[in-house]
Amino acid sequence: MSPVFIILALVTFMAAAAAMTLRHLVHCALAMAVSFVGLAAIYLQLNAQFVGFAQVLVYVGAVAILIVFAILLTRSGEVSNDSIVAPGWVWGVGMAVVIFAVIGWAVLNSPGLPVEAAEAPEVTVRQIGNDLMTRYVVPLEVVGCLLTAALIGAVVIALRDREGEP
Amino acid sequence: MLETLDQIFVSMKHWAVGLFPDMLQPLVSGALSVAAIIGVFGALFAVTTIFERKGLGRIQNRPGPNRVGPGGFLQFLPDGIKALIKEDFVPQAADKVVHFLAPVVFLIPVLLAYAVLPVGRNMSAVDFDAGILFFFAAGASTELAVFMAGWSSRNKYSLLGALRAIAQMISYEIPLILASVTVIMMVGSLNLNAIVQAQEGYHWVLPRWFVLTPWGFAGFFLFFIAAMAESNRSPFDLPEAESELVAGYFTEYSGFKFALFFIAEYFGMFAVSGLAITLFLGGWNAPLSFLTWVPSYVWFFVKLISLIFLFIWVRGTVPRLRMDQLMNFAWKFMLPMALINIVAAAVWHYMGGGWTRWLVCTLLVVGPYVMLGQALLEHKQVSRRTYRFAD
Repeated sequence: MSPVFIILALVTFMAAAAAMTLRHLVHCALAMAVSFVGLAAIYLQLNAQFVGFAQVLVYVGAVAILIVFAILLTRSGEVSNDSIVAPGWVWGVGMAVVIFAVIGWAVLNSPGLPVEAAEAPEVTVRQIGNDLMTRYVVPLEVVGCLLTAALIGAVVIALRDREGEP
Repeated sequence: MLETLDQIFVSMKHWAVGLFPDMLQPLVSGALSVAAIIGVFGALFAVTTIFERKGLGRIQNRPGPNRVGPGGFLQFLPDGIKALIKEDFVPQAADKVVHFLAPVVFLIPVLLAYAVLPVGRNMSAVDFDAGILFFFAAGASTELAVFMAGWSSRNKYSLLGALRAIAQMISYEIPLILASVTVIMMVGSLNLNAIVQAQEGYHWVLPRWFVLTPWGFAGFFLFFIAAMAESNRSPFDLPEAESELVAGYFTEYSGFKFALFFIAEYFGMFAVSGLAITLFLGGWNAPLSFLTWVPSYVWFFVKLISLIFLFIWVRGTVPRLRMDQLMNFAWKFMLPMALINIVAAAVWHYMGGGWTRWLVCTLLVVGPYVMLGQALLEHKQVSRRTYRFAD
């Protein structure tokens, strides 16, 4: 583990923890955006440029904005003074511990499989493009049609002018 | 001789990096590139502010700044000093941490975008395979900073400005990206250097820039309009409309934090103009075949300054849009045109050489343009505007 990875992992984890524990919902959303960026940086550190940039473009540029808008449009600005943990938290923690114990027990008692170190593939953007256009062309086309239809559908819904508008 | 002049900055950097021990070389190389980008574009920012104020003054029939230095051309120096020593004012109700972070978060992605711009032959800071994706990813992250600024100020004007800005940036990002998809299709690469190289060479004396093809022409205009909206420039400056929202999302900022927003906006404008140059205007290639002896970076900056002048010109002459006009324009005109333009580019690619593809592609671009324009204007009463006092 390189020091860069450790720093990035710490930032991502701390941001994710902050997203769960902060009092103000908008702060939580912003902390989550930081954890998205941390994840993207980890992808970049693994030489996965395409995934890293797409992560920033989609998650920071669109999903985080969507969440923030949803919070603004549905909640008032007041921060509630209630405790941040739900009332039945003892039961929740108990269940989590039991399930973790069961899974841990099962894992520890199962026969280990020999693990071969996989060779890291050199993935270039050109390869991703070639694969998308040959092996995965049908899913790509389906997704493309779906997204274009959604885009045009949104415009069609918005196209109807209200009566009497100049 | 001309070759050395063209590559002078590259060889100077190699020489400077060679002075350091092997271990430090990547670090020094990176630091030198960053310093060059910030220095050159920072200087361009200083010049542009004065250029813009003088130009707008000329358009509006007033002298503009004319006190500091010859003809007022040193006005940016006192402006900068003023921004640095002004009191930094934070509203009492503001969310202090987010309020502090917003300008920084706004500036960083804008500066990052410069990393992939090829400003001359062999002159881009990093050569990513997915360069254009990197550029758009960096551009998309500024939206969150705008929200942070508007929301943390606890001011209704700021919040309204931020919401307007984000809605506008998201809407215009779609035509911006779709317009550049045509170039990516044609070149077959996301690498900005490869895109510039694809536009090298000349037909007789005319360059092979993409703007000189029907789809490239339409693409350039769609890209340029969307870029204007992305950088919140007039006529798309609703997020900071002075008469409605004081200053929009940075109303509650003062001193150097305000200056950071100002700088980031201009840097964003330069970056997106640089991308327009790279995608459609041939990057650092010379415009005519007998002008190739001029160094490549000169051409890049000549084109950049021309585009900035175009930005200033449009700002000085076109009135601000209304919010519904802005959204309608993005979704009902820009988006369909961008989609049709992709089809036109595909037809262009598969029809091979000859003049028929010029005819078909021109029809494919002009036809929908005329039809869309007529359909959108159908129930609107458009008449000549009359001015009571200005005539």
